[in-house]
Amino acid sequence: MHEYPITQAIVETAERHARRHRAARVTAINLVIGDHSGYLADAIELYFDIVAKGSLAETARLNIERVRPMLRCAVCGGLFRRRPFEFSCPEPGCGGEGAPTDIGREFLVKSIEIETD
Amino acid sequence: MGEVISVQEELLERNRLLAAKVNYDLTSRGVFAVNVMGAPGVGKTTVLLNLIPLLDKPSFVIEGDIQSDIDTRKMRAAGIPATQINTDGACHLDSPQIAGAIPADLAGFLFIENIGNLVCPAEFMIGEHIKLLIVTPVEGADKPYKYPLAFEKADVIVVNKLDLLPHVDFDWDYFADGVGKLNQRVPLFKVSGRTGEGFEAVAQWLTEKARGVLS
Repeated sequence: MHEYPITQAIVETAERHARRHRAARVTAINLVIGDHSGYLADAIELYFDIVAKGSLAETARLNIERVRPMLRCAVCGGLFRRRPFEFSCPEPGCGGEGAPTDIGREFLVKSIEIETD
Repeated sequence: MGEVISVQEELLERNRLLAAKVNYDLTSRGVFAVNVMGAPGVGKTTVLLNLIPLLDKPSFVIEGDIQSDIDTRKMRAAGIPATQINTDGACHLDSPQIAGAIPADLAGFLFIENIGNLVCPAEFMIGEHIKLLIVTPVEGADKPYKYPLAFEKADVIVVNKLDLLPHVDFDWDYFADGVGKLNQRVPLFKVSGRTGEGFEAVAQWLTEKARGVLS
């Protein structure tokens, strides 16, 4: 349910940039969404057509690049993907524990593709 | 293919920035904000009604619900100033709503009773200093395993409805193990909103935690 406002924000952002470039329409919106951003890519795709109707992004294709969350080891500084129920660093002999990073929390409108008539 | 326009706008940054701004504003006014989370019916309102009178600073409560002002009326009937936010559908409170609901003459504690929901509130900072999670034995001991983010993000966990423990199956060790794997230092308090037991310890912990902020 909370994907609705952010989908509105995607459409608003796309339209704003499209207008700046005097576009007739937005043909694609390229997004980068982290698994821990708090939003589900599927739900956004579901709402997009509804929210985009009547806007310059009405016929746009959504391209979503997914980012898996990474932890950073407090001992060796390495980045790693977390395994269920543990924070331990997979580097052999390290023994450190990982802390969450911003990797996996993104919600980026990277770019849009437009057509000017 | 048409022309590609670089946008590079981080949509969550707006919310995070506003949450940070709300938090900074509260801190500089000497107000300590607690984001109270938990599934519907765990006793968020009841816990606050028991806890607030034990604090030696004033409290203000922002009540969040999809609809109704039932909780705000309970607060006011108990002499606790409160305001209601109705989201009419949204499953968690967000920073802009909180920023708009904070009264000008705030002092002491700000409790934000979030929407009854074990999923979404954990994902969002809304200007609070800490997140307080309420659970009960009635929901079962497997909640940390099924809803990890809520337990990871909690700064303190209050287990309410202790009086019902004899009537339900609750494996305390299984529950505590699950919490421990996700959040090694989080304090666990046991209370009963019905009998009033256990709240002194929570009040003491909270007062200590707020010491650096409260004016």
